[in-house]
Amino acid sequence: MSTLVEIRNLSKVYTRGKQKIEVLHHIDLDIAKGDFLALMGPSGSGKTTLLNLIGGLDTPSQGSLSVGGQRIDSLGEGALAKWRSEHVGFVFQFYNLLPMLTAQKNVELPLLLTKLSAAQRKQNAAIALKLVDLADRATHKPTELSGGQQQRVAIARAIVSDPDLLVCDEPTGDLDRQSAQQVLELLQMLNRDHGKTIIMVTHDPKAAEFASHTLHLDKGTLVEQATQV
Amino acid sequence: MKYLHLVWAALFRRKTRTFFTIASVLAAFLLFGLLDSVRTAFAQASESVAGANRILTMSRISFTMSLPQSLLARIQAVPGVKEVAYANWFGGVYQDPKNFFANEAVSENFFSVYSDFVVPPEQLAAFRNTRTGAIVGEALAQKYGWKIGDKIPLQATIFPQKDGSNAWTFDLVGIYRVADPKEKNNEQAMFFNWKYFDEARQFGNGAIGWYIEKVDDPANADRIANAIDAISANSDHETKTQSENAFTRSFVSQFADIGLIVAGIMSAVFFTLILLTGNTMAQAVRERIPELAILKTLGFSNPGVLALVLAESVLLVLLGGLAGIALAAVVVPAMSVHASGLLPDNVRPNTWALGIGLMLAIGLVVGVLPALRGMHLKIVDALAGR
Repeated sequence: MSTLVEIRNLSKVYTRGKQKIEVLHHIDLDIAKGDFLALMGPSGSGKTTLLNLIGGLDTPSQGSLSVGGQRIDSLGEGALAKWRSEHVGFVFQFYNLLPMLTAQKNVELPLLLTKLSAAQRKQNAAIALKLVDLADRATHKPTELSGGQQQRVAIARAIVSDPDLLVCDEPTGDLDRQSAQQVLELLQMLNRDHGKTIIMVTHDPKAAEFASHTLHLDKGTLVEQATQV
Repeated sequence: MKYLHLVWAALFRRKTRTFFTIASVLAAFLLFGLLDSVRTAFAQASESVAGANRILTMSRISFTMSLPQSLLARIQAVPGVKEVAYANWFGGVYQDPKNFFANEAVSENFFSVYSDFVVPPEQLAAFRNTRTGAIVGEALAQKYGWKIGDKIPLQATIFPQKDGSNAWTFDLVGIYRVADPKEKNNEQAMFFNWKYFDEARQFGNGAIGWYIEKVDDPANADRIANAIDAISANSDHETKTQSENAFTRSFVSQFADIGLIVAGIMSAVFFTLILLTGNTMAQAVRERIPELAILKTLGFSNPGVLALVLAESVLLVLLGGLAGIALAAVVVPAMSVHASGLLPDNVRPNTWALGIGLMLAIGLVVGVLPALRGMHLKIVDALAGR
């Protein structure tokens, strides 16, 4: 399999007041296209920071980061925003849906940045909602949906523009066991059947079992190389 | 347009707060619609195109000081003067002091000089032949339900009759109309024979309030005015001759500087509105920082987020503002009937245009700081709640 994400000597330093905190230290990592990778580690180990860098939400302090052969560490803010809209889908622990929009309109959001017509946007969003088995909840607002359903809407939003990469930050962290199972099976299906490359941060070893590989981070350093499950 | 639903949904995220904010914007622009209509009415009263070939001569000291009748012949002799009429302010009251309208004693040829006041010939003849005859504007006649043949009693506030009575009775012999719809507020006056007034009044006989000169060419107005004023130079009745528009402006300014008052009130209202709406927008954006972070995560650019927040604040002000001026457009015609020409019969297009301009400006002003905050937010910090 070809490499989708290529990370070399990656470091991230945050400045809080006068204090400098080095969150990631000289990370080297390759993630293959079509992989389903779980990132584990204790709180403060740098998992979310690494995920944010790979997803283009933040920029590294040092090192290089390529996704799909494109260096994203040197992109400006505008170019990075455009890159994210075209190549990455995001799933968060607390779903982060817009509360005043229906499930359908939430899923359509990334498509507003494309040249698709209103009818095409609606059609694509309907397909994505069907894929996560929520076609019958399209007109519901987030407050009218359960946590598991909201997370599935968030996944539909993440995949609606057909990105290469899904980055998921604790996607089951706020869900009960049954809903978590459904969400993880859905991610697994997207990886297996639709070829999506997925990087998932989790604290939960059971969730990590759904991934094809697991990496551990501790104090900003990779302590264990990829492990085949 | 494809983002409109997003802006609309964000605006009505907190329905109660948005409703009250829109209501306060509505109230402010209702007030603006009413006050600017008053200002426009006063401004237009002094910009009559029809009056371009008329100049007026009055006492240099004060509008209330009279001029000798002997000036008439000398003014008529000034080159460029085609015709001279004259008038006196009467200041009578119909039934109740609150029933204010202009009523003046005028010379026989008054309607010849004011040819834009259209009177049927037979009514004009009746005016000349009836000592106590009066002609009123169509709007004024409609307001009080007067018709030709009615007797109109006025209570004098300045000029009693020779027997000391303040009761003057006039016979309505004609109704004039103003052809130009923009000048309809000029149909709120009553004119009666100066000869009757002069013979019957207790004091001031032979004195003229002001002269009205019809000139051959408006371009010669300044020269003719100077020549007329030269007649009375260094006398005890020095005159000031000016264009009808300038005269109307100075007459109106005796009441108040309407433009300044309107500007003062509206400045205070809009300043308060900016603080109020600005606070609402700041609060709305502060609450939605994580949502704006999500939009940026999905790929919305910084200018895109800036535009969304600005559009929201402009829409907020536009909704309230347009409703406010629309309400004024309903109220102004209803009030106009009772306003003795102080209000136009509708909210004028320039008031709408100025109002919409103000709405856009206020929307941008109140939205700019929250929009910049949304634009500059760091995604990772906003998502982490920092």
